[in-house]
Amino acid sequence: MSFVLVVLIGVLFTIGTYLLLQRSLTRIVLGVGILANGVNVLILASSARQGTPPIIGSDDGPFTDPLPQALVLTAIVIGFALTAFLVALAWRSWTIDGNDLVEDDIEDRLVARRIEADHLSDVRGREDVNEDVDGDLDTAGEPA
Amino acid sequence: MNAVLALPIIAPLIGAAISITFRQLALQRLVSFAALTVSLVSSIIITIDVSRDTDITVSRLGGWPANIAITLVADRLAAMMLLISVTLLVIVLVFAIGQKAVDEHSPIYHPIYLILAAGISQAFLAGDLFNVFVAIELMLMASYVLLTLDGTDKQIQSGITYVVLNIVKSLLLLTAIGLIFAATGTINMAELPERLAGLPDGVRIGLNLLLLVAFGIKAAVFPLYFWLPDSYPAAPSSVTAVFAGLLTKVGVYGIIRTETLLFPGGQSQLLLWIAGFTMVVGVIGALAQSQMKRILSFHIVSQIGYIVMGVAIGTKAALAATVFYLLHHIPVKASLFLVEGIIEGETGETQFDRVGGLSRRSGFLAMMFMIPAFSLAGLPPFSGFLAKYSLVRTGFDNGQWIIIGIAIAVSLMTLISMTKIWIGLFWGEIMPAVPEGRVGILRHYRLMTVSTVALIAGTLAIATFGGPLYNFCIGAAEQLTNPMIYIQAVRGS
Repeated sequence: MSFVLVVLIGVLFTIGTYLLLQRSLTRIVLGVGILANGVNVLILASSARQGTPPIIGSDDGPFTDPLPQALVLTAIVIGFALTAFLVALAWRSWTIDGNDLVEDDIEDRLVARRIEADHLSDVRGREDVNEDVDGDLDTAGEPA
Repeated sequence: MNAVLALPIIAPLIGAAISITFRQLALQRLVSFAALTVSLVSSIIITIDVSRDTDITVSRLGGWPANIAITLVADRLAAMMLLISVTLLVIVLVFAIGQKAVDEHSPIYHPIYLILAAGISQAFLAGDLFNVFVAIELMLMASYVLLTLDGTDKQIQSGITYVVLNIVKSLLLLTAIGLIFAATGTINMAELPERLAGLPDGVRIGLNLLLLVAFGIKAAVFPLYFWLPDSYPAAPSSVTAVFAGLLTKVGVYGIIRTETLLFPGGQSQLLLWIAGFTMVVGVIGALAQSQMKRILSFHIVSQIGYIVMGVAIGTKAALAATVFYLLHHIPVKASLFLVEGIIEGETGETQFDRVGGLSRRSGFLAMMFMIPAFSLAGLPPFSGFLAKYSLVRTGFDNGQWIIIGIAIAVSLMTLISMTKIWIGLFWGEIMPAVPEGRVGILRHYRLMTVSTVALIAGTLAIATFGGPLYNFCIGAAEQLTNPMIYIQAVRGS
């Protein structure tokens, strides 16, 4: 395994992980693409020996292990399909509400707000709390 | 040789290819049903085959020698998981056809459902790690589409969480496979145990943990469970039933294989902690909810804890109990979601403050909820009691007092949250108002009722035939605790 490849894998993993942690789905898509390529290089780098092409009939070994390349080929196809689906999701999310942010779950926020409200006062009725939460839903997912 | 092993994978895939060319819904339904029936028959044959003797059925695709061919392996655990999964898929297909809304809106529902079936079957039968990865990807890709089928705002939002989390999981799994290949030079599950055992401790533990994290995200164990309650409730009930019953179980199956075959007994202390936290966090999350689908989704998490507990204790009896727990849990959990689907079909939602009085409208529906609910909580005489009793008993035998205490307390809390659903939906004033001229809930949803009742009858049968089934599970555990059986069968002596 060459040193350059090892460094490359590290860099790809770092960038990919950073992009995955963003709120914007477009960046997540890029992160997935980069991370997937990092993994592909990792598998490719894990093939140890270099040798002659492993074709039945030729018997002047040692042969190159063909398995990692077969694995990478499959992994590339799967990664491509995943990225395509994510792009479609991001597009759909954009057509629905004009942004591609990954939002917190609505029910989670409802539960959190209900608990908060219970602590604050017992006077306010349940109706008020619900109204409050509905009003806040649009802004709660925005990044700080 | 043993070509029948490939059928549960190939039949749905061919079915999907045929089905996608049809525009007529009736033809699509027919193809789905035919393909899954072929799957079902072949998995029955496989199960009979492995239960007759202790042997393991192995199929090397294309007739290549043992270490070159793509191998499919069915031991008792794999065969049982396969059979119960395909059975559930058939029943839920009938339910989905009865639910109408799901497959009438979208011409790709049936092809995608069949691809999901193929992926799940392959995940259980795969004989090497990379095939497990491909199978899980196949299954997940189908699940992404099913979850976001309608493309509504809610579905897209929860779809994003689900898809991104699962992609991270897939990449971690692929990284683990790449590193295992780099360390050992093979990905064949029969050759790995020997070579992994020869690795330095640090490398071995690292690889073990990486695999556990990857499968753990899929299985939704603590602290990797948070995506599940956010995403599952968004899908139509028939889809959620399959997700709840089967997808997380593929992750659990991965954990079982990792802990028994690849790294026997590794990290069992860690798993015991994880099991305890998973149970408690899941059930507490369930208690905080006020909607049936979300309560049930949190219970998926909580129940996974019990299964991991058995794996963590790791003796033969504990693994037998774990396998039995899986056998009981899949149909019970799915039938609860199907009951939820009927209620949601009738009332449009399952929020407690807007729905009520269902037991007055249909006593039989209340029964249909009560049986799997009691079974999930672990009350006798239902299948859940047998499963939990055998798990707790192995805990006693091994002196794991803390986890036993947690397990019993959590099943009590499960009962409380089931009571919450009961009070919320089945008692009280009849809400919302009954539509004009409606005869009865169940008569209106005939096909859905029939399939749900069939599944519930299945859970009752598991309780009734608990003895013979448990013997089968002991056989499965015997194979799990003795990896040499698996290794020798796959390599071919």
